Amino acid sequence: MEYYLVVSAIMMFAGIYGFIVRRSLLGILISIELILNSVDINFMVFNRYLYPDQMEGFFFTLFAIGVSAAETAIAIAICINVYRNLHSIQVKNLDEMKN
Amino acid sequence: MNYSNFLYMREEISLIVLMVVLFLYDLFAGKKALNFFQPVACVLFAIHTALLLLPRGVGEAFGGMYQFNEINIFVKSILNIGTLIVFLLSSNWLKSEGTVHKRGEFFFLTLSTLLGMYFMLSAGNFLMYFIGLETASIPMACLIAFDKYKKVSAEAGAKYILSAAFASGLSLYGISLIYGSVGTLYFNDVPAGITGDPLQIMAFGFFVVGLLFKISLVPFHQWAPDSYEGAPTTVTAYLSVVSKASGAFVLLTLLYKVFGGLMDQWQAILFATIALSITVANLFAIRQKNLKRFLAYSSISQAGYIMLGAIGGTALGMTSLVYFLLVYLFSNLAAFAVISIVEHRSGKINISDYNGFYQTNPRLSVVMTFALFSLAGIPPFAGFFSKFFVFAAAVDKEFYVLVFIALINTVISLYYYLLVVKAMFINPNDAPIASFRSDNYTRLALIITTAGILVLGVASNIYEYISSISYGM
Repeated sequence: MEYYLVVSAIMMFAGIYGFIVRRSLLGILISIELILNSVDINFMVFNRYLYPDQMEGFFFTLFAIGVSAAETAIAIAICINVYRNLHSIQVKNLDEMKN
Repeated sequence: MNYSNFLYMREEISLIVLMVVLFLYDLFAGKKALNFFQPVACVLFAIHTALLLLPRGVGEAFGGMYQFNEINIFVKSILNIGTLIVFLLSSNWLKSEGTVHKRGEFFFLTLSTLLGMYFMLSAGNFLMYFIGLETASIPMACLIAFDKYKKVSAEAGAKYILSAAFASGLSLYGISLIYGSVGTLYFNDVPAGITGDPLQIMAFGFFVVGLLFKISLVPFHQWAPDSYEGAPTTVTAYLSVVSKASGAFVLLTLLYKVFGGLMDQWQAILFATIALSITVANLFAIRQKNLKRFLAYSSISQAGYIMLGAIGGTALGMTSLVYFLLVYLFSNLAAFAVISIVEHRSGKINISDYNGFYQTNPRLSVVMTFALFSLAGIPPFAGFFSKFFVFAAAVDKEFYVLVFIALINTVISLYYYLLVVKAMFINPNDAPIASFRSDNYTRLALIITTAGILVLGVASNIYEYISSISYGM
């Protein structure tokens, strides 16, 4: 069980790291997906090894996958919109508003 | 399965019915009938708000998944009033060239976020809470990016959705660790398993990020000014009032009911975030030129005052927080009503544009002054009483240092609120904003909000009613 948790923790912090250092919107989005997937692993592992007689973690995973798909869809739609307006999805170009 | 459980979810069901009706109306009505879309939507929503006033007991449905009590209903009606005022404000903007064909979508998206907030408020399980949170924040991103052909709107939407997804990811990681250490996700059963070991403290730290993001307290406020500035003004009003109010109340109930065992830890977290957000946001607000961005920083510091009510963990704290939300809703929406009508008529949004505003539009500038005085907390207006009760709740639990910081910041905030008032009344201007007559919707919204600012401070029975239905830890 520990090995799975180590994998999910590494995914989680890789996601946080990527969110901070990535320069393009799609890279940031991929990092967020890493975070969300690490959560799914966590729920499955806890449910399978610690509480095998109940189903709550599995259900949560299913819902989390669905919700993260919706979130990604909207985020990509907005990225496309940004690209249409600015012809770029680099974060450094998103500087219309300052102070 | 017992289907009578659905009867307890009355307001959610009536909201869904309202959404479906409006959706079908928008889809199938002819061109002529569509002209009446706005009034029909407002009237139907007002009826839906009135439905909430029907009395109902305390209890839970679906095995504890869904909980209802009187204070929840009260907060839901606060959210409803806010949404209704936002609908009234939106009429001008929705009639304009680029948005008129998207009118139905605006209502549909707004009502979906409202539905998410309802579920979040009544959740009895982390799953329900999470779905409510996401239902509230995903359509919100669409609303912020609603003006498709404006650069700022797209940029604001991108910033919002990415930070929202990041915050909800961290929050989910916290929930998964809580599940691992406690073995259940029901709010009723979790407190028994909270022992305060380091894993749970870390889990709580991750979890609380999601809500701190939603109410934009300081370490997680970076998205707020940009999103507020770039979003259409009505959406900004909605975001700064309704979304923030629901997040604040949900955070309070979760801290009271679920994480009561970690009280020392969350008091420390709240202490730091409140002190930081009040101070930092105030300092940034002073140097703002754009009025929407200015109000964004002001609302971040107001969020600090809101959470000041929760830190004590008492029934008095809950009362003062809910009362603060109610007053804050009216004051902030009054300010946004003026901004949105001025922006629509003249396209001007900077504070310096408001120089000499009193000469041309005396009534609007008086309303704006009332709103800003109420936000600053000057005695005859409701804002003074709400701030007073929040401070009283924190002093009650001996948070003297925090209240002292908050008091100093109240004085600072008075300075920058008065800068706007000075611009309107004193600063000379050769070409002030031309005088105009506002339309009936905006006028109604202004009357409601002004009445709220003036009446709420004196009508003590509202406070007494909130006090009679709130609970402590």
